[in-house]
This record gives sequence, structure tokens and C-alpha cells, in this order.
Amino acid sequence: MDINNYISSGILELYVYGALSETESREVTRILKQYPEVESEVSQIEEALIQLSAAVAPADAENLILAIKQKLAHNPKVVSMESRRSNIPMYIGWAASLLFLIGLFVMFNKNRELRQDLQALQGEKAQMETQIADARTDADKSKELLSIIRDKNIIKVPLAGQAVAPDAYAAAYWDKNTNTTYIDVKDLPEPPRGMVYQVWSLKLEPLTPTSIGILDTYEEDENKIFALKNINPSEAFGITLEPEGGSESPTMEQLYTLGVVSS
Amino acid sequence: MQQDKLIEELQAGNQKAFERIYELYSHSTYGIIYSIIKDTSISEEILQDVFIKIWNNASSYNPDKGRFFTWVLNIARNASIDKIRSKDFKNKKLNLKSDNFVDILESKTNFFGKIDAIGLQKYIDALGETCKSLIDLLFFKGYTQKETAEELEMPLGTVKTKNRVCIDKLRSKVLR
Repeated sequence: MDINNYISSGILELYVYGALSETESREVTRILKQYPEVESEVSQIEEALIQLSAAVAPADAENLILAIKQKLAHNPKVVSMESRRSNIPMYIGWAASLLFLIGLFVMFNKNRELRQDLQALQGEKAQMETQIADARTDADKSKELLSIIRDKNIIKVPLAGQAVAPDAYAAAYWDKNTNTTYIDVKDLPEPPRGMVYQVWSLKLEPLTPTSIGILDTYEEDENKIFALKNINPSEAFGITLEPEGGSESPTMEQLYTLGVVSS
Repeated sequence: MQQDKLIEELQAGNQKAFERIYELYSHSTYGIIYSIIKDTSISEEILQDVFIKIWNNASSYNPDKGRFFTWVLNIARNASIDKIRSKDFKNKKLNLKSDNFVDILESKTNFFGKIDAIGLQKYIDALGETCKSLIDLLFFKGYTQKETAEELEMPLGTVKTKNRVCIDKLRSKVLR
């Protein structure tokens, strides 16, 4: 920094007048501490101004110090209190109303947030209830299925994959007492659009297929186990892919799985 | 002229320091107040109030923000301006005189202190109208640079440099 330029810029005079902003003044103070020549310049400006203003004073002020000391002794803080009396309640008032407004706004927001939270929680609660009900239904179903599988009166017939779907697998559980056949088709490929699986009860000699059911709820059923009425003296079970609505007789080219009842 | 130690003692509540501060600054403060108020007894009242404020609020003076003299100057100017805006002052219609510090110097009959005030008065007269106005507005009345520029219809930058020249001239007279 060129100190001579800085000094002759006239900023130091404004500094002593108090005509600079606080930021500018702080900057000058900083520089003044750094450069003794700036400090001495400021001192001289100040001294000249002190002398000039002192010359304007109308009278000697020396004896007034006694009056001041007397006032200070009687009521040391009287002046500062007096000068503030008019302003402080106003400031407090403004501050209070500002705080009140802020508080109101905060409360309003809080309230809205809480209401939103409550709604979200109620939604979650309803969802949970549905889930619990579903789980209970599922558990009931599973229990029922398990009891069927374990029942010794039930005949299990594994249905092996055939030419169209060698990897396919299904199983039939035949409860003769209730004339019900449970078909487990978990390992069958999903039927193409417009097609359904149809389950057949077969008599072997001569080959007589009888439809015992169409698995038209295949997609909705999660555990892929269907209970079908079967009053036939079945010797084998087969599953074919048929057009929607099922067929009178099985389409043998679309035979997916087949299994013989072991006697 | 800035006496850091003295100011620290004042801030610590030392009465002797206060008395010394009074000796150092009371005349110039009185001059500032009088240049605004133009009434001796009201100026005296304000002068007392100002020094009571200096005593009570000394701790709020921050050397980083500026000179102690500037701080005192601000208190004096603010107290005087508050006074001339007050109702009882307006009722007395005391603020009709438009004299500035130069007029006051010229009308003075008694001088005291170490200053050759008569010499000063002649010298300030010789400073020219612009310098008188600049010093009156910036120093005595506490105008900002911008307000001064507007009042004197002068470019903002010129206020600063022109004022510098005026103060230089003043210094060569009052300081030796």
C-alpha cells in the first residue's frame, strides 16, 4: 500500500469526523495501528479539530465539572435512564410483537406438520392392519394345506413334465374321503395370455379323460394350490394348456404334466 | 492525542481519569454543541449531559471503531440535534439563527485557552467559502460525505480531497 497516497486521499479526515461507515472506520483503525505515520497524521488532524471547536466554545467550561460530578454522585445513572425512557418500552413492544408473530408462525407450522404426520400414521396403520389380516389368512391357508399334505388318507400323485414342458412339475393330492383333489402347480410355467391350465382325471384302459377343473384363477392365487372336486375313480391326473374357458377333451399336444396314481 | 491508557482507566471507572478526559475534551465538545444550539445556557446543560453519558457509557467505546474524540463528538452532536428537534426547544424558537462556526468565531468577544482565536478567525476567513462549508457540515454538523456532496452540489470524490486541503491549511495555522 502506498501510505502517502492513502494519507493524502482525505480518508483520515473523514475518519476523525466520524463520517465513514463502521466497516471503513475499522479498516482505517487497522492501518493506523500498522503505520506510525498514519497514526501521527490522524493525531494532528484530531488536534487541529479539537482546537478549532474549542475556539467556538462560548465560555470557559472548567467549572462545570463540579456540577457534573454532583449529578453523578446523586444519581449516577439518571441521564442514561432518562434518555432511554421514551425508547425502551417502544422497542420492547416491537420486539414482543415480533416474537409473538414468529411464535404464532412457528406454532402454525408445527400444527400443520403434526397433522400431516398424523395422517401419514393413520395411513400406515390401515396398511399394517391389511397386512396383518392378509398374513393371518395366509397362515390359515398354509395350516390347512399342511394338514392336507400330512393326512395319511391323502394320496400324493407327482405329475411329471411332458414333451412340451420337460421341466414342468406339479402334484396332485387326492382326498378320497372328501372327493377333493388338490393340485399344486407352483412349478408350472405361467400360462400364455388367453390360455388356461385344465386338470383332467384319467382312466387308463381305455383312456378316458374327465375334466375336473380349469385353473382360471392361476394368476391371482399366490400359493398356486387349487382344490378341485373329483368324484371320479381316477387312475391318473394330467394337466393340459387349453384356450380360455377350457375344452371338452384334452389337447394332447399341450399336455404339460402327467402322473399315474399308484395303487 | 489518543491516550489509550487514560481511556482504559476511564472505562475502569477511575474518577481522576474522567476529570482528565473532561479537561482534554470539554472545550471542543462545548464548541460543537454551541455551534448547533447557539444558546449558552442550553449548551451548558447539554455539555453536562454529554459528559455524564461519557462516564456512564464509557465501556461501550470500542477503539477499533474509531477515535475516542470521534466517539465523544458523536455523542455531543446527537445530544444537540435531539435537543433542537425537541418540542420545548422549538417552542422557544431558538434554532432560527443560521450561523455557522465561522459566524460564531467572528461574533466572539472573549477568548480563552491557549488558542490565538482572533488569529484563527482571520485565518479561517481566508480559507474560503468552500472550506468553511465543508468543515461546518462534515465536522460540526456531522454530515456524511454524500449529504455534504448533495448540500454543496459537489461530486462525491471532490468532498474528500477538497476537505483534505482545507484541513491541511487549518493544521498549518493551529499546530506548530
